[in-house]
Amino acid sequence: MEICRRKDEIEISELDPFLAELLRQIPPSANPEGVPAAEQRLFSPPANDKDAKICAEWKLYVEPELRRLFQTATETVADDLEQLNGSEKSVANRTLRIPSKHADAWLSALNQARLVIAAKYNFTDRELGDHFRSPIGSRRDLSLFQVNFYGFLQEFILRESDASQKAPED
Amino acid sequence: MLQSAAITPFRIWQNAGPTTVDQPTIEHETRPEEDLDLPWQVVVHNDPVNLMTYVTMVFQRVFGYPREKAERHMLEVHQKGRSVLWSGMRERAELYVQQLHGYLLLATLEKAG
Repeated sequence: MEICRRKDEIEISELDPFLAELLRQIPPSANPEGVPAAEQRLFSPPANDKDAKICAEWKLYVEPELRRLFQTATETVADDLEQLNGSEKSVANRTLRIPSKHADAWLSALNQARLVIAAKYNFTDRELGDHFRSPIGSRRDLSLFQVNFYGFLQEFILRESDASQKAPED
Repeated sequence: MLQSAAITPFRIWQNAGPTTVDQPTIEHETRPEEDLDLPWQVVVHNDPVNLMTYVTMVFQRVFGYPREKAERHMLEVHQKGRSVLWSGMRERAELYVQQLHGYLLLATLEKAG
C-alpha cells in the first residue's frame, strides 16, 4: 500500500484486498449500536453525576446533534469508499482517492470506528500501545490491528492537512 | 424588571431620526447565585484511544491556541489524566464542551472552586 498527497486529494494506492476490506469496514465499525460501552463512549456525559440537570438537557438537545454530525461524517466516508466496490479480483491493487475537503469527515469516522472497536473489546493501554501485533490470530488481534491501521491513516491525514495549510500552493 | 415607556414599532418608524429615541426596554434575567460567583471550567480527560496529534489539533481548532500551548495541554491530559482548557462564563464553556464532544474528546463542564 502506498499513501501520498496529490494536490487536492489523498491517494491510497496499491491496496490489497485485505486492507481494502479494512477500509470498507470503517462505516459499519463506527456504528455503536448494540455495544453499550461504545454508545457510552461516543455520547459521554458533559458533566459529573451531580449536575443531573446539565446531563438531562444535553441528552435532549445536544446528543441528537452529535448523532447527526457523526452520521454525516460516516456517510461521506461511505460514499468515498464506493470506489472500492466490486468483486474481490477487481479490488486487488485498487486506488482510493480522498478529496481534501473530506479530510475532517475521514478523521471523524476513523476516530468513531477506533473508539467503538476499543470499547467493544475493552483494550488495555498496553494493547493499544502494541503496534506490532500480528492481525493473524484471534478476532481480538484483528480488531486491534484495525484500530492501529485506522490510527495510521488518521496520522497521515492530520500530517497532510497540516502540510497543505502551511504550503497551499503545493 | 425595569419599567419603560410603551414602544411600538410604528412610533419608532415615525420618529426615526437622530433627535428622538424612546427609552429602551431592558430585561433582567435572574440566575442562581452560584452561576454568578463561580467561573466554569472546561476539562478534558485522558483517553488512551485518541491520538496525541489529533488531540493537539482539536485544541488548536476549538480554542485557537498556538501549537505549543495546545501541546502543553495535550501532554497534561496524557500525563495527569486531565487538563483545564478554559474557564469563564457558563454559556461559552458549554459551547466549548459541545465542540469537543463533536471531535469525540472526553470533556466535561465543571464549576471552579
